[in-house]
Amino acid sequence: MSEMDKITAMHGAGGAMMDRLLREHILTEFSARSAGRIGLDALDDGATIELPTEGELVVTTDSHVVKPIFFPGGDIGRLAAAGTLNDLAVMGARPLALTLGLILEEGFPLADLTRIISSIAGVLDEIGVPLIAGDTKVMGKGELDRIAINTTGIGVAAHAVSDSAISPGDVVIVTGTIGDHGMALLACREEFHLETKLESDVAPIWPLVERALAAGGIKAMKDPTRGGLAAVLNEMAGKANVTIEVDEAEIPIRNPVRGIGSLLGISPLTVANEGKAVIVTAPDRADAVLRALRAHPLGKDAAIIGKVTDEYPGKVILGTEVGGRRFLEMPLGDPVPRIC
Amino acid sequence: MSDPVRAAALARTIARLTPDYPVKIVHVCGTHEATITEHGLRRFLPEPVEVLEGPGCPVCVTPTRDIDAAVKIARKGAILCTFGDMTRVPGTEMTLAAARADGADVRVVLSAAEAASIARNTNREVVFFGVGFETTTPMTAAILLDDPPENLSVIVSHKLIPPAMAALLDLPDNRISAYLAPGHVSVIIGEEPYTPFPRDYGIPVVIGGFEPLDILYAIALILRQLKDGTPRVENGYPRAVRPEGNRRAQELIEQVFEPTDVVWRGIGSIPNSGLRLRDEFRQFDARARFGVTGEEGEETVPGCRCPDVLTARAVPTDCPLFRTTCTPLNPVGPCMVGVEAACNIWYRYGGRPKL
Repeated sequence: MSEMDKITAMHGAGGAMMDRLLREHILTEFSARSAGRIGLDALDDGATIELPTEGELVVTTDSHVVKPIFFPGGDIGRLAAAGTLNDLAVMGARPLALTLGLILEEGFPLADLTRIISSIAGVLDEIGVPLIAGDTKVMGKGELDRIAINTTGIGVAAHAVSDSAISPGDVVIVTGTIGDHGMALLACREEFHLETKLESDVAPIWPLVERALAAGGIKAMKDPTRGGLAAVLNEMAGKANVTIEVDEAEIPIRNPVRGIGSLLGISPLTVANEGKAVIVTAPDRADAVLRALRAHPLGKDAAIIGKVTDEYPGKVILGTEVGGRRFLEMPLGDPVPRIC
Repeated sequence: MSDPVRAAALARTIARLTPDYPVKIVHVCGTHEATITEHGLRRFLPEPVEVLEGPGCPVCVTPTRDIDAAVKIARKGAILCTFGDMTRVPGTEMTLAAARADGADVRVVLSAAEAASIARNTNREVVFFGVGFETTTPMTAAILLDDPPENLSVIVSHKLIPPAMAALLDLPDNRISAYLAPGHVSVIIGEEPYTPFPRDYGIPVVIGGFEPLDILYAIALILRQLKDGTPRVENGYPRAVRPEGNRRAQELIEQVFEPTDVVWRGIGSIPNSGLRLRDEFRQFDARARFGVTGEEGEETVPGCRCPDVLTARAVPTDCPLFRTTCTPLNPVGPCMVGVEAACNIWYRYGGRPKL
């Protein structure tokens, strides 16, 4: 591999090397590069977005680091794009544009960068969102673990959906199987030597959420990323000061996710999802929302998993598969596999 | 093994067999507690029936002096290998994790075999800190019988479950009605070691498996014995436990170790409840090799009710430190450290296991 195949300090120096990197390896990957009068191609100090005629603008930002950067079912690029767009989606916002901040470690293979950029572009193409601004920095060898990506998403919502406007009687829906991303990543960590075909669920969910919104009656949405379903339900219950009671047997979980979870002693309910949403609806709209979700490929496993009550305000109760009952707590931190 | 229909049927049996006086069932196994709590099984138990964890967490009952010995040996430059939770148990001065932060080479392993393999690939001294009950002891014995590398030695902190069960029954205020005996340990030791409890103490002993239905079934068997007034050792886990246990594993333990009095954190010294290396294996004794003797350590922190929790005289929520100053991220007592321990398990499931 020649030096030209790796990121060097010069690529982040703002000169001709950087210009070439951007023009030859990044810009051309994206088919849509403008959301208004001044777009990415201008390489100006900023980009413009043509204002929507009604609704409210929604903005969100997220920085992404993940180990390994290439994992079954995706990579850090797909994660960085889908993750931010999904935050917009669960606010009820149609995405208008994305920005991309890249921080690279000196020596990072150009081929890996190309793969990552093409994953980001793939996500944006999937849902027709332009990349309108970006930034690239290079840090010295050892000053960063290979790559970190920040993305900012701008969207527009007719009426933004919060994550906590819920009350007793409401119905809790998940848009698909739970735990796929977290378990796929745990399984591919080399110390476990687990052979599995399990893949991350990382995907942009706006097309799915858009259908659910059209069905009406949606009170709150949240994407169960870090901390998984357990964290998100606790956050919702805590903010709204209500009880969320879910039924373990109704929560869709793939068998390999279950298997790896029990092997490592980690509950699928506590690991990240990157292509799912928790949706709370008014009781009379729950079936309509469920039908709308199931009509889309990303929502075919959508299920009603529980309801909002007021028995223990701020708490989440899990009706266990065997018929028992317990609290489902906020996970403590990153799940650590059982040792002995 | 989580079939709600069969669980409901067992719940009806349990309700029918439940007497009108308090029944205190004690198990000695973190996996039992995890299943009971994780699946919310206490919901199936009528008011007079309670199930408590006794000294079922090997990490928690490891006395301070053993932690201190491990810390000292690690700080003398050896590669100290042990199970993950052990690194977080408080010693007199520090945890093994703190020793590691201070420069000691402390490594988390999954088995004694992994420690032996590390020893085979280095010239440095490698020490395996062997904790656990009859389930993990045969593995340590097997390593020492299989031409172990000369640079490997062991801090033996292995313990035996039946003497601890007897010690609990000898406590004046134990109120124990029955034992739910541990499935894993029983796979190794079989039924015989439990026979003194029905015979001498009139206490039913039922060996239980680890699935929700296994546990409900074992509880039903216990209640039936209490109702019939026929305390005996009963195997509620026959698909895994043979009456005679695993003879081969028993022989491995017997060849390498001999019983000795040891201290259990929270309980004190229990006769013949621990193991030490037989004379012909003394060269693998890490304490002797590094000249570290077992001084007395302070076993409990003021206010911490681990001793009562480990002897099934209290549940975690009885302790004033539980969830206030003592949490898994900042554990005060060992029962909050070990993932097999009642306080840690109850914390993770919200501290109110009967909903």
